[in-house]
Amino acid sequence: MDRKTARFNTRTRVMVYIVLAFVYLAGVLLWGLLMDPEAYAVDYRVKFLPPGAGHLFGTDFMGRDMLFRCVKGLSTSIVIGVIASAVSSVIALAAGVAAAVVGGKLDSFVNWCVDLCMGMPHLVLLVLISFMLGRGMKGVMFGVALTHWPELTRIVRAEVLQIRAQPYVQAAYRLGKTRMQVAREHILPHVLPVYLIGVILLFPHAIMHEASITFLGFGLSAEEPAIGVILSESMKHIATGKWWLALFPGILLLAAIMLFDVIGENLKRLLNPGSGHE
Amino acid sequence: MEEKQEKMALLDVQKLRVSFDMYERGLQKKELEVLHELSLRVYPGEILAVAGASGSGKSILAHAVMGILPGNARTEGEIRYRGELLDRKRQESIRGKEIAFIPQSVEYLDPLMRVDRQVMGIRGAKEKQETAFARYHLGKEVERMYPFQLSGGMARRVLISTAVMEEARLIVADEPTPGLNAEMAMETLQNFRELADEGCGVLLITHDIDLAFQAADRIAVFYAGTIVEIASVADFLAGKEALRHPYSKAFIDALPQNDFKPIEGFQPYAGNLPKGCLFAPRCPMRSGECEKEIAMRKIRDGEVRCVHAT
Amino acid sequence: MNRLKYIGGTLCRMLTLLAAVSVLSFALVALSPIDPLTAYIGTNSTLSQEAKDAIAEHWGLNDPPAKRFLAWAGNFLKGDWGTSIAFKKPVKTVIGERFSYSVALMLIAWIFSGTLGFLAGVFAAVKKGSLWDKIIKTFCLALQSAPTFWVGLLVLSLFAVRLGWFPIGLAAPMGKLAQDVTLGERIYHLILPSLTLGVLGISKITLYARQKLIEILSSDFILFAKARGENISQLVWRHGMRNIALPAVTVQFAAFSELFGGIALAESVFSYPGIGSALTAAGLSGDVPLLLGIAVFSAIFVFAGNLMANILYGLLDPRIKEGRANG
Repeated sequence: MDRKTARFNTRTRVMVYIVLAFVYLAGVLLWGLLMDPEAYAVDYRVKFLPPGAGHLFGTDFMGRDMLFRCVKGLSTSIVIGVIASAVSSVIALAAGVAAAVVGGKLDSFVNWCVDLCMGMPHLVLLVLISFMLGRGMKGVMFGVALTHWPELTRIVRAEVLQIRAQPYVQAAYRLGKTRMQVAREHILPHVLPVYLIGVILLFPHAIMHEASITFLGFGLSAEEPAIGVILSESMKHIATGKWWLALFPGILLLAAIMLFDVIGENLKRLLNPGSGHE
Repeated sequence: MEEKQEKMALLDVQKLRVSFDMYERGLQKKELEVLHELSLRVYPGEILAVAGASGSGKSILAHAVMGILPGNARTEGEIRYRGELLDRKRQESIRGKEIAFIPQSVEYLDPLMRVDRQVMGIRGAKEKQETAFARYHLGKEVERMYPFQLSGGMARRVLISTAVMEEARLIVADEPTPGLNAEMAMETLQNFRELADEGCGVLLITHDIDLAFQAADRIAVFYAGTIVEIASVADFLAGKEALRHPYSKAFIDALPQNDFKPIEGFQPYAGNLPKGCLFAPRCPMRSGECEKEIAMRKIRDGEVRCVHAT
Repeated sequence: MNRLKYIGGTLCRMLTLLAAVSVLSFALVALSPIDPLTAYIGTNSTLSQEAKDAIAEHWGLNDPPAKRFLAWAGNFLKGDWGTSIAFKKPVKTVIGERFSYSVALMLIAWIFSGTLGFLAGVFAAVKKGSLWDKIIKTFCLALQSAPTFWVGLLVLSLFAVRLGWFPIGLAAPMGKLAQDVTLGERIYHLILPSLTLGVLGISKITLYARQKLIEILSSDFILFAKARGENISQLVWRHGMRNIALPAVTVQFAAFSELFGGIALAESVFSYPGIGSALTAAGLSGDVPLLLGIAVFSAIFVFAGNLMANILYGLLDPRIKEGRANG
């Protein structure tokens, strides 16, 4: 009985987290994408309303409803986050597997590129890339997509190397299987879980960086409802006590980031029961 | 021998059981018993060797006596030290003082602490450490070394030095010789003999039966998490006729210097044990009685856990 | 000998990477459609085409990128980092001034997060599984997910606006001349931004110290020390600290990279005139020389952190210091 509940609890908890996170993110995404721009239209009669029944998150200096703006903004962030992590993770998978399987010069080269990208503060690199693309949406998208692969590359490479050293993989080589066959039949299935968790954990970073760079003014233009833009605007009104302009958008963002972190960490625990002997 | 039995045992382990809570795949919890109804006594001035195959859980016995089992371990049964119950509190107060532990390898030394400070421990004085080093022929230069700089022989002698820093009465040595050449292994055994002759009791845990032959006074045969027979070294040297348990006999037969005849089958895995006698599935004398609980009994000056033994 | 070789090797590797970073930065900036000339003279300038061409020629804008890079790199090595367009001062002067403001901020945040985080991590590891451990862990996970600038905004609106304990921004009282600003005023203005920056750096070091100490406490040598009579506080002080201090310091040095990113955001929130806000200004105004200067400077900063960590390891870890030769 005891054993069963323990097992049930962990599994259930992870499932609840995943469903919760999924509902939250998918909900925000769809709501934002399908939202009628009228919902957050300018209305000077109701500017700077504190949170209340009519406007749950209050209104801003142009009387726009903060709840609708935030949801719209977060959905934009999620779109950027998904695209960016997809691109970065493909780069990481290709580079990591290639480095470990081919080895030699290519391996050193990939390692060198990883070191190079990590040699500059991430934010500075984002600013430079955004600058290269003339700022704006494109700059953020490319910047976030092209700078998140180094860590995941390292993880993938280490994992592949570890599996390649296993006796059964060595045996497969000796049995005359080609590199591609071994990679497909033995290496990929083991690397995949680690890789997928890496992708999930990459997502919050991508959103966070998107918001940061937008906050600094390099990303989406001021008219677009993005979380970074909203928070950047709120800065001007914080001195006059309009705290709700900063608090609620941040909480929405934080919730999205944390839920992804929680999913990733819990999946990791489920896949490595060795760490759970407590 | 008779005389020894009358003395109070230094260490008296009775019906010790140790089990672990394990998590299997998917976080399913499971209890795994690794020591079963294990009983033995160590008397002052003797070396009792616990001999058995590698990986059969002998180290757990040492860890149980020292009270350093991991948090997910549970113990039942009794351990007494000089007649007094050795519970957690008592273990904590006398370990390192009256009971010394000699671990397997250099991995048991802090990699970032110099050897002299490490041998001194928390109570040790510098003079004592110097005396111990002189006793075990460790040069002055060794004091300032870090564990990774020690050779195998040096590491072994450093570990033994830790045991003589305090006046320990009981020494628990866990596989003290692997990785040493024959000469150094002999030297190590000689060191244990000296300690025993000075009045210490030594519990020597080893997978090397030859070693046990040369150093020990008595040998306890460890099989699948319990002890099946305890007898004097003389009995073992006399050959299988002098022994009591079918496993000990087969074990002796399997030695290269004897018939070199392997025992059929494998030791059972801790999670999958037979009922009653643990050796029964491989035993030529197996009968219906073997499925009952088998207690340790005395036969001819030794102890055995077998209904068929004579 | 061994130590020198180790440090020399590290240094060499870092210098080549640094060179590569500057090539990369230059390439990124050179490819930008943002015209430095327009950024310099403004979009509705009345300057004649000839005059524009003359400036472009003077700056070498018509040369091929490789040639421009070599010219820039040569000057850079000679100590001429160009002139900032936005600040109308030499890039080196701007970076020097701005960095002197930021360095205090970063140092306070770095030391604060390092010590507090380390201690919290050790505490959590010793109390592993307890309520305290769970609180510390959850708090760290939440902080890890919180964007720096948002935390800054909350701190600002609570402590500066609502409670009025601290100034709302800047590095000194408004309107006061630089030479009249007292040390007290400087510190007063530093507290909130460094708190923001420090709080964000804490979670990484806390979780690391916790994880590492738990690992160490389950190792064989701890088992042996325990068997020799050491109690939990002796185990932690004699062996735990000795074995986690160096890796923890390394992690903290490796955090230089995030510290630099954090400072851009924190300074932006608190309108603090440091190097982070200079980076933002340079990027937004198309000030190419300053942007390049700060990019390379930030890389040097990150490398300096890594180098210090490597040197510390070389100096303090006996396994590297005395070599494995006699092992």
